[in-house]
Amino acid sequence: MSYGSSTSACRALLVRDFSLVWRRRGDALNPVLFAVMVVMLFPFALGPEAAVLARISAGTVLVALLLAGLLSLDALFRSDLEDGSLEQLVLSPHPLPLLLACKILVHWLTTALPLIVAAPVLGELLYLPRDVLPVLMAALALSTPLLSLIGAVCVALTVGMRRSGMLLALLVLPLYVPVLIFAAGACNAAQQGLPVLAPLLWLGAALALALVLAPLACAAALRISLS
Amino acid sequence: MSEFFHMGGYGGYVWSAMAIFIGVLALDAIAPLLKRRRVLRELRARARRAQKRNEESA
Amino acid sequence: MNPLVLWFHKLGSPPYFYRLAGRLLPWLWGLALIGLVAGLYGGLVLAPADYQQSDAFRIIYVHVPSAWMSLFIYAFMAANGFIALVWRIKLSETLAMAAAPIGAAFTAICLATGSIWGKPMWGTWWTWDARLTSELVLLFLYLGVIGLYHAIEDRRQASRAAAFLALIGIVNLPIVHFSVKWWNTLHQGSTVKLFGPSLIDSRMLWPLLVMALATKFLFAASLLSRARVDLLELEAGKDWARQVALAGERA
Repeated sequence: MSYGSSTSACRALLVRDFSLVWRRRGDALNPVLFAVMVVMLFPFALGPEAAVLARISAGTVLVALLLAGLLSLDALFRSDLEDGSLEQLVLSPHPLPLLLACKILVHWLTTALPLIVAAPVLGELLYLPRDVLPVLMAALALSTPLLSLIGAVCVALTVGMRRSGMLLALLVLPLYVPVLIFAAGACNAAQQGLPVLAPLLWLGAALALALVLAPLACAAALRISLS
Repeated sequence: MSEFFHMGGYGGYVWSAMAIFIGVLALDAIAPLLKRRRVLRELRARARRAQKRNEESA
Repeated sequence: MNPLVLWFHKLGSPPYFYRLAGRLLPWLWGLALIGLVAGLYGGLVLAPADYQQSDAFRIIYVHVPSAWMSLFIYAFMAANGFIALVWRIKLSETLAMAAAPIGAAFTAICLATGSIWGKPMWGTWWTWDARLTSELVLLFLYLGVIGLYHAIEDRRQASRAAAFLALIGIVNLPIVHFSVKWWNTLHQGSTVKLFGPSLIDSRMLWPLLVMALATKFLFAASLLSRARVDLLELEAGKDWARQVALAGERA
């Protein structure tokens, strides 16, 4: 029995996932709303002084986006698991890491990109200094794919668990900490007028590694949890 | 002797550190013993149920 | 077949391991206890007071061995996890999962005793330097492995998933070890070296090495104790487990 090429399989998967997200496109705004609400809590908690908020602005935006991304991770495999297409994906003759890379790509484009677009607005809410904004955007562009890739591996381990929310956070946060340290390090350096290239390069290196290794790890994890 | 407990003024710190060390490791040593008792109890109950089933079907 | 290889294969059989571990346990506990008493006596009584830290430095005799064990046990867990994933050996699955709580305990002791030591010496209970932060991350990795293991119903699948997570987290181990070299940390650099002379007086060093050995025996004893119980639970339907339970009743 002949089956199509891996490229056409990937294209089909991408089209399918995008269509599924498009049908529920209102839901794509939920992570953004969550991030806005988290950011709004800080002026209420710490007082509206511009100087205080500006000092924590970049880090708070990073944490808010990280948490919003964490909440949306579950959606990566949930609907596919429920209708059985996840098992079909695992059983397919095409390389599972490649297919999962496509899924993670769609997930990043539909959940993280809106968050990245919203980041300048979130920064404004916290009086983010103007010259830090480009560095924050660069850090987000490098760190959000990393978070999606690492998160996908952990979601694959807990797929199918009913109340996996807290457990997923516990699994994923130790792995997120280094990413956050470097992203916030770049923003803090920018805020203090120091060179920002080093932490951004570290993020880039980690991203390069994760792009190759995370789909492989995700495939192995999925095979373990579906076995 | 009291100098030993005093530890050059740092007695509180040194002895609480020792207590944490001994305490946590003692808990770690005891936990499997408690679990063992429970597991053996369950295994015996399971054996008794299996035996009863065998007698009833025989 | 070579007797060593034969013995190694036999070791993978749960009832054989159960019996062997049962025979070893009293010796391991005994050696651990002797080592603890000797190490603590040497450290708390015999070793001279430090000229800078006075008697507060004696916390080193519980803090450093716990730190070494927290790393050693994680490596042990990851190695057994790798064997469990690649060769599906039941015993490796059990050993990896039994090691996790012991490793978490040592990590917690390391963090707590380090915090207590830091207060008089650094003036603070905590600081976010590289060594402390990476050790805290290590604790969360342990807790994640334990949490994942308990969240999945099928025990063998659970141990494989948790072993996989442990392997992913192995990157943290070199970070913890080299953190004091790669970053500017408040935590001091390494004084005890594997290759080359250590930067510590020998009267202070020998109790530390004795404590390191004693904690290894403690780990081995606790590990075998936990592994025996876990094997009984895992093999609950098997004949040998039933025999053990009934023998225990008569005894």
